[in-house]
Amino acid sequence: MRIGVIGCGAIGSLFAAHLATLDDVEVWAYDVSKAHVDAINQAGLRLTGVGEVHSRPRAIADPAELPPLDFGIVATKGMFTGSAVQATVTALANAAVCSVQNGVGNEEIIAEHVAKVIRGTTFPAGHMLEPGVVQWDTGGKTWIGPFEPSPASMDEVTALADTLTRSGMETVALPDARGAQWTKLIFNAASNALCSLTLLPHGRACVHEDVRWVMDRVIEEGKLVAEALGVEMEMDPADLLESSIEVAFEHKPSMLQDVLARRATEIDMLNGGIVRFGEETGIPTPFNRTAWALVRGLEASWKL
Amino acid sequence: MSRFGRVCVVGAGAIGSLCAGHLGQVAEVSVLTRRPAHAEALLRDGLRVSGKSDLHTRVHASVDPATMPEPDLVIVATKATQISEAGAALSGRFPEAVVMTIQNGVGAEEIIHRLGPWEVVSSVTFMSGTRESDTHVHYELDTATWIGPYPPSGADHDTALAVGHLFADAGLAVEVLADLRPAQWSKLIFNASVNSVAALTDLPHVALYARRDRPTDLGHLMFALIEEGKLVAREAGIELFEDPWEMNVEAVSRGATHHEEYAHVPSMLADVRAGQKTEIDFILGAVVREADRVGADVPLSRALYQLVKGRDRSHDDEVVL
Repeated sequence: MRIGVIGCGAIGSLFAAHLATLDDVEVWAYDVSKAHVDAINQAGLRLTGVGEVHSRPRAIADPAELPPLDFGIVATKGMFTGSAVQATVTALANAAVCSVQNGVGNEEIIAEHVAKVIRGTTFPAGHMLEPGVVQWDTGGKTWIGPFEPSPASMDEVTALADTLTRSGMETVALPDARGAQWTKLIFNAASNALCSLTLLPHGRACVHEDVRWVMDRVIEEGKLVAEALGVEMEMDPADLLESSIEVAFEHKPSMLQDVLARRATEIDMLNGGIVRFGEETGIPTPFNRTAWALVRGLEASWKL
Repeated sequence: MSRFGRVCVVGAGAIGSLCAGHLGQVAEVSVLTRRPAHAEALLRDGLRVSGKSDLHTRVHASVDPATMPEPDLVIVATKATQISEAGAALSGRFPEAVVMTIQNGVGAEEIIHRLGPWEVVSSVTFMSGTRESDTHVHYELDTATWIGPYPPSGADHDTALAVGHLFADAGLAVEVLADLRPAQWSKLIFNASVNSVAALTDLPHVALYARRDRPTDLGHLMFALIEEGKLVAREAGIELFEDPWEMNVEAVSRGATHHEEYAHVPSMLADVRAGQKTEIDFILGAVVREADRVGADVPLSRALYQLVKGRDRSHDDEVVL
């Protein structure tokens, strides 16, 4: 089996490093960071934190070097989904391509380029320590299922889930993976956006009563939209938020990391995604709309 | 001679220094500071005003209100966030004095009123300056200060007029209003929306604040916040002096702010950038409190107010990013 990880940042590296520990899987990691690619090829890819993993995927910065793939795992930031899939479309032509990205809207973009798409949501998180080395911050499951408008087969979904689970990334194959996706979407819309606006780490934002009230409003709106879409939630995002406070008290959500580094954020795929689906289903989302506009305003401030 | 022969200015930031520097021309002025070195410098060097005025004034200065000559007028010119501390320093003293507040937003006059028997006059100032040093302030905008009585304290229009005459005699532009609230609330609603969005986005007051084309243009949010503020004013029986949305549109299309690189940095954004707590409780917080009092629904104002409270918390030492 040949699997390509498209976008090998922190999340992509968790997948690539685990998969490359398997003897029967050939792993290719594509990333635009030449430093990260060179480091992986010289010394391997190393994870540290939740677990220690050291393996040797083949890393490339030139997508033309990719051989034809059986599976693609897209792990770029949401704003690079289209360009990354386009750059690797030859290798992905016959592959089942799975998004493990944040938010909603990535599968739709992938389906513009390839025929077999898998919806995916992953809970593990990490951050880059240095080229070739990733801090693995939190563990957790990954949920995958066919993306209905342009689906991979359930056999392909199951095969990918089994392979990931064998590699140490516990993955659940589901006929409808929207429940996990919307659980994490709504959780992230509350945590990422509001931590970014207040510059508070996750747990500190959650225990600040004033901020928590806004988080709860963002979550309520998201749940109403999910309900209108007919999505059966994997978990209640409010419970997920509550149970995450202690374990992630000082955790900086990825969007907060982006804001501190003045990198474009995934807000369009998170609160912006809830607003878009809210419009489709006729559910008003004033709090998500406010968070979306404020984070976009924050991004605009860097260009002044 | 004005009825205010002796004036005490509490807090010598830019606005306090401008007041002290000008009023010292027509009254005996003392300045209450927080730092001993600041008081010593003022005693030694006096206070210099440059820019729109060119003045040098000798002042009395101290960190201890007990050493102040009994004033006829006290001008509390601290930041709104220090109003309780300033009021506590005055509490039990100068019962015959008129006390004037000149803070951003709304709420300082009420806090001062609760702390003593003084007649309270409140004001909204549009003058601005930059503190160059402890003893030198540069006077930038010589626009007016609006003054009106705070009626629950027993102050009336005549009290406000007397303070207004003192300011005018000292060369400061002033307008005295029988009811300050229409002007105060117009500025409050405008400031509350601009300052809160700026504090959260780090974005100076640029054209995006009035644009409503794309869904994420900040004009939508600004408009919604201002509508909530107008609802509160209406429910509280305050007829606004100006439309805050028009103030927003005009401010971003006028003069220096037309060029985004020179855009105005609202005071709460300056606070956030300096790592200081904002005056949110007196600005958007005042709108939300009044909304609660009159029973108006202001969900987005509440959300922004509470997010800025969270942003203020990020300056605490134990928060390390």
